[in-house]
Amino acid sequence: MIRTITYREAINEAMAQEMRRDPSVFVYGIDVADHKRIFGSSKNLVEEFGKDRCFSTPLSEDAMTGFGLGAALNGMRPVHVHMRVDFMLLAMNQLTNMIASYHYGTCGAFKIPMVIRAIIGRGWGQSWQHSKTLHSWFAHVPGLKVVMPSTPKDAKGMLISAIRDDNPVVFIEHRWLYDVIGEIDEKTDSLSLEGCQVLREGDDVTVVGVSWMNVEAVKAAEVMKKRGINIEVIDVRSISPFDHTTVIDSVKKTGHLIIGDYDWIHCGFGAEVATRVYDSCMKELKTPIIRLGFANAHCPCTRPLENEYYPNAINIIRAVEEKMKLPEADLSGEEFYSYEKKFKGPF
Amino acid sequence: MKSLNVELYRKMYLIRRAEEKIREHYLEDEMKTPMHMSMGEEAIAAGVCGALKSEDQILGTYRSHGIYLAKTMETDNFFAEMYGKITGTSKGKAGSMHLMSPEAGLICTSAIVGSHIPVSVGAAFANKLTGNKKVVAVFFGDGAIDEGVFWESLNFACLKKLPVIFICEDNGLAVHVPADERHGYKSIADIVRKFDCNVFESDSTDVEVIYNLTQDALKMMQKNGSPCFMYLKYYRYLEHVGVFEDFKAGYRSREEFDVWFKRDPVHFQRKKILQTLSENELLELEEAIDKQIENSLLFAQKSPLPEYTLAYEDVYA
Ligand SMILES: Cc1ncc(C[n+]2csc(CCOP(=O)(O)OP(=O)(O)O)c2C)c(N)n1
Ligand SMILES: [Mg+2]
Repeated sequence: MIRTITYREAINEAMAQEMRRDPSVFVYGIDVADHKRIFGSSKNLVEEFGKDRCFSTPLSEDAMTGFGLGAALNGMRPVHVHMRVDFMLLAMNQLTNMIASYHYGTCGAFKIPMVIRAIIGRGWGQSWQHSKTLHSWFAHVPGLKVVMPSTPKDAKGMLISAIRDDNPVVFIEHRWLYDVIGEIDEKTDSLSLEGCQVLREGDDVTVVGVSWMNVEAVKAAEVMKKRGINIEVIDVRSISPFDHTTVIDSVKKTGHLIIGDYDWIHCGFGAEVATRVYDSCMKELKTPIIRLGFANAHCPCTRPLENEYYPNAINIIRAVEEKMKLPEADLSGEEFYSYEKKFKGPF
Repeated sequence: MKSLNVELYRKMYLIRRAEEKIREHYLEDEMKTPMHMSMGEEAIAAGVCGALKSEDQILGTYRSHGIYLAKTMETDNFFAEMYGKITGTSKGKAGSMHLMSPEAGLICTSAIVGSHIPVSVGAAFANKLTGNKKVVAVFFGDGAIDEGVFWESLNFACLKKLPVIFICEDNGLAVHVPADERHGYKSIADIVRKFDCNVFESDSTDVEVIYNLTQDALKMMQKNGSPCFMYLKYYRYLEHVGVFEDFKAGYRSREEFDVWFKRDPVHFQRKKILQTLSENELLELEEAIDKQIENSLLFAQKSPLPEYTLAYEDVYA
């Protein structure tokens, strides 16, 4: 049976389902069990599974990350939640020096089946300490898996897989995606943590999207469709390991690539995608690759600057026009996603 | 008490002799791994590990020859790891600073100061939740209490009443910097006592004292459920890293060493067990260990180095 759910519900269902199935799964983190329940994603978990398996923690990101490692190597499956990925910076030692290398250094004697859920965001004046993404930092380190689902179906299926996976998985959720509604098959269980997904087919230009940028890319595709341009939107889903075959196949077809990353561009994931494409099918590119991402600055608070900082559908449309040698269209009649509509803040 | 004291001596003698063997061969430059020697702290390693049950778990630092040998009494894989050989504890991937023996309860050792402290708390949480009665003991130096993660971990273990023993081995130095240049307080034990934690202190080099103190800690934890903090002093005989003395460097004096060496843990225990063991029995025991070490050294030297493909193994599970 097909039904529709929000991304928020998808995360919550995956958590509850896995905690029911496997008593070694537990979830913890700052504010996990308060009345707001991490934007609703940990709703009902403490009621159903008790305080031993769902608890709020002291404000100790470093220790609580190492704590997860210790629990994992003794057979538990911890899910550690961070309300903002920015707070994970206090846990980089445990993540990078310890968790990522534990299986390797112990020659496989220990498995670290740990999930770290981190929420990223945008908008409503979050400014520079509540607005990062950092997926390329995590993906840089061998031993970690890094995924960024953009649909409710992936959110549920990939979280289930992440929890069952015997490796540490950084699971990055965009706050704006929480309200996205999508179809899900009642039978949806685990979905692969690897590989891209074509969200929309097209022959003219390939747009690779990361997390929220897929929403922007689909919007751009709808707009360009009216002008007879068919954009293929590819959701990368998984930053590490990154299986580029879908991207390569698409670029071979279209000859044009725009990478809609959701972070700073310099030394970022977009450079990795571009290199893979140059390595595999450089000669098939008709135009140079365009990389989009955050402005090379820190996220400012006030609205016009914040809007400038983040990439969006209009940036994608302009990049497509550049590639297709089209004049800049008048977009004043188009309705673009804006946080005034859904996202009221403060979180 | 006779067999216990003999057993504790065997542990300490093994540690001392294995490290002397390392000193003997280190300059051949075949053991290419930074050695942080345990010499001087044998009573702590042997006393604590001797008091723990074999299924109890321990974690440590880059300075963990002592606890590895005390917990495992094994030297083949130990020396092979020093030589980077395929027969080593981690097939040569880890070296001196990341020893492990999961079967013997040594989870692993880590070279980032303080980094195993929260891991021990998580391991204890898992043990408590599964009700397997295992205790976790984590060893760290006086430098680790400078790190924020120590305080975060202590707080959480006390809050959740987790079965973990924090063992602070205070040699008064972090590399070459003494405690009074690092600590804005006099007594760490006094501070930790303010937490819901059982605190034990000793500067004894008598392994039996450390053993009994650990038993007290285990009993206390059993009784009130709170974690334990053991604050144990010792003197580091050699340089911070490497196999030499460094009294000429100027940051500490040989006189200081002489005071501690008068009550050297290995010599002290040797004298003690000679009250119950004949000289011959003792020599026999020592010879057996010397032979074990000699054989292990040969085993390690003869073992092959790993194939280059090992570099890519076990990145992911
Ligand atoms: C986080 C971190 N900072 C710095 C170092 C470099 N370092 C290695 S050992 C050491 C001193 C640690 O002293 P202590 O904890 O007292 O242990 P000891 O060497 O005395 O056994 C330092 C600063 C490190 N390994 N990790
Ligand atoms: Mg020290």
